[in-house]
Amino acid sequence: MTQVLEIDGLTKGFSLHHLEKDIPAFENISFAVAAGEFVLLKGANGAGKSTLLRTLYRSYLPLAGEIRFHSSHGLIDLARAADVDIAHLRRTEIGFVTQFLTARPRVSAEAIVAEPLRLAGWGVEAALKAARTALETFGVKPDLWAAYPTTFSGGEQQKVNLARALILPQKLLMLDEPTASLDANARGALVTRLQELKDQGTAMIGVFHHPDDVMHLIDRIVDLTPNAVPQEERDDVAL
Amino acid sequence: MTLTLDAPRIVETRPLLEVHGVSRSYGPVKAVRNVSAHAYPGEVLGIVGESGSGKSTLLRMMNLEEIPETGSYTLDLPDLSGNLFELDRFARRMLCATKIGIVYQNPHLGLLMKHSSSGNVAERLLVAGERSFATLRQAATEALDASEFPLDRLDAPPIELSGGMQQRVQLAKAIALEPALLLLDEPTTGLDVSVQALVLDTLKRLQQDRQITMVIVSHDLGVIRTLADRVMVMRRGEVVETGLADQIFQDPQHPYTQQLVHAKL
Amino acid sequence: MSLSTLTKPWEAMSYGFLDGSAKRELRRKMLKSVAVPGCQMPYASREVPMARGWGTGGLQVSLTLVNPQTCVKVIDQGADDSVNAASIRRFIAQVAGTPTTMDTLEADLIQSRHRIPEEILREDQVLVLQVPNPEPLRPVQPNMSIARQMHADADYGRMWLQLYEQIVRSGRVMQGASYPSLVNGRHVMTPSPIPRWDVPKLHMARHLTILSAGREKRIFAVPPYTRVEPLVFSDVPYKVEEHGHLTCTRSGTRGFFMNEIPQDDGSSAFEVSDSEWGVKTIRARDGDGESRGETWYKNGEMPQ
Repeated sequence: MTQVLEIDGLTKGFSLHHLEKDIPAFENISFAVAAGEFVLLKGANGAGKSTLLRTLYRSYLPLAGEIRFHSSHGLIDLARAADVDIAHLRRTEIGFVTQFLTARPRVSAEAIVAEPLRLAGWGVEAALKAARTALETFGVKPDLWAAYPTTFSGGEQQKVNLARALILPQKLLMLDEPTASLDANARGALVTRLQELKDQGTAMIGVFHHPDDVMHLIDRIVDLTPNAVPQEERDDVAL
Repeated sequence: MTLTLDAPRIVETRPLLEVHGVSRSYGPVKAVRNVSAHAYPGEVLGIVGESGSGKSTLLRMMNLEEIPETGSYTLDLPDLSGNLFELDRFARRMLCATKIGIVYQNPHLGLLMKHSSSGNVAERLLVAGERSFATLRQAATEALDASEFPLDRLDAPPIELSGGMQQRVQLAKAIALEPALLLLDEPTTGLDVSVQALVLDTLKRLQQDRQITMVIVSHDLGVIRTLADRVMVMRRGEVVETGLADQIFQDPQHPYTQQLVHAKL
Repeated sequence: MSLSTLTKPWEAMSYGFLDGSAKRELRRKMLKSVAVPGCQMPYASREVPMARGWGTGGLQVSLTLVNPQTCVKVIDQGADDSVNAASIRRFIAQVAGTPTTMDTLEADLIQSRHRIPEEILREDQVLVLQVPNPEPLRPVQPNMSIARQMHADADYGRMWLQLYEQIVRSGRVMQGASYPSLVNGRHVMTPSPIPRWDVPKLHMARHLTILSAGREKRIFAVPPYTRVEPLVFSDVPYKVEEHGHLTCTRSGTRGFFMNEIPQDDGSSAFEVSDSEWGVKTIRARDGDGESRGETWYKNGEMPQ
């Protein structure tokens, strides 16, 4: 299998200067993710699941270790890559799905969803068309497409968020509890879309409160609980 | 300690803007000390810091209004080479008129308050040598429209307009000649929160539609967070930290940045 | 040798009122202003027995240029016989002993406020214009230091902004007098408050024009055969006042710049502004001989 990501000895902690205190998050994590593979992060609250996702996305700066990413430009260590390279990869190869939509005033739902396509160089009309299809897939009613999501309910906002985050196929996708506040239909649409992306070869690392939703997608589980067996085969684990 | 970052490997284009080792003193006060900054084409660089941190002085240097004692400034544009701080007044003026747009916090600095709004925008084209009334009129209208300025107030003088509208006129003026670089000095400070959001939204939209390289200076972290791709934190004339915007806000490293971010949240 | 042999005998005043050093400075500044057409040269404007704003700048130039043979004509708003024109004319004649005239063709030196005569001036004639506000950039740049830099950089974009504003507000260029004009393709000057009608007369004129502002202490010039182009938009042509079709009620002359005289019934009568032209027309009409010279405008139009 083609490797997409190799994490090696990754360590993260926070130095809170005003408290003169160092707070460790996780230490010496190593695992790899292959193309089309879905890895679930497991661990108790505070075990550092979300922190790890954000570190991989470089919203957090790691303290030590390597994050070797097989980009289309060759192997690059995300832990040390220049900001501008990270920004470029985020636009083209690495996605991150959060629980919240960052809505902006006076930007319509379809425009928000079309934005990644526009940034990737799509024309306005083509991007809007694809955006509407994506919104439909996630069950956002057509009369809301041109409305501003700032006024939407949490559930509707999250659908817009997912449509946007998953509209472009990525090489690597981080999922931070995307099912929170979703209704059953939208959860179904999400799983379908994730399966599609997985079949296309997207490597995924996810944190889910209720992993049952995505059970059949999971290939492997990484337990972040300290001293846990670092990698467990999916079949061996009872969830 | 965190890891030291590598030089860019994937992105091979040169930064559009590069400022290197600039220092500027006002008497005994060192306003800017050995500061370097860069912005890639299409990137939005945010500069945060409290009053007196030297961020506005740095921005004025980028607009060639202020020449530092030491340091260099280059813009990667055709027919432009060498340290821009060494340009003579005439070349500087032409460069600022055609390649750099600026929006000031105080609209009085950027606008002729008693001239018409469209005239304020047209002035920029006049400086660049445009002499056809019809062309001026059309270009001014288009730029104001792109800045989401209500076109029925096209010829109203800025002095009769609200603060938000005045900023839109400044913005239209700044983008009228499609500059390579847009500088924003506290563009929404002093506006009502709702108006502020609308102006920010216009800026965001313009940035996406035109891929203009922007440098935005603000003490307001919300503004920087909304617009910037990358953030530079300044304090007492020095850069204390730079990084991707989300990283600066979620995982600030320097004690001062932590203090700044925590004060906001 | 004694001091008395080296100095001139005492006189009540210098020839032409101004002392030698004042005249020397003015001559130097005039030469400079001729050398750089349209560029304002500062000079130490002297006191003359007249209030600032009444033509002291023009008067100092005239007093410097005259000699006892110079035939002097003075006009105020086109008229030779207004109090101001008559006083200046009498003063020059008194302090310099010059002959005076009202005939444009006879004059060697013409000092004028607000008008250029309708008859074409020749190479051997000098026109001195009195200027109240010499700085064309003042309406757009109140800071004179910056305005000087703008002249140096030929940074005149804002002048068009003024025209833009007028068109936007009034549908047309409203600048009546002092229409800003580019001299020799380089410096923008204000041609003193002459009407738009008179500006084309300066373009490639045969005569020398010296413009002097006494209160503001600035002198500038349009040498003979120099381009003077009013600032215009490429798509909005320059227009002179629509006086070409008007007839003078007193002399019957037609096609020249007129003064409007409101009538009791609310209508307007018109009288030719160049009074000497009117006089000559009346003389010709009454059979007292033709003394009119060739005019710039023909049939109310400026030939291209």
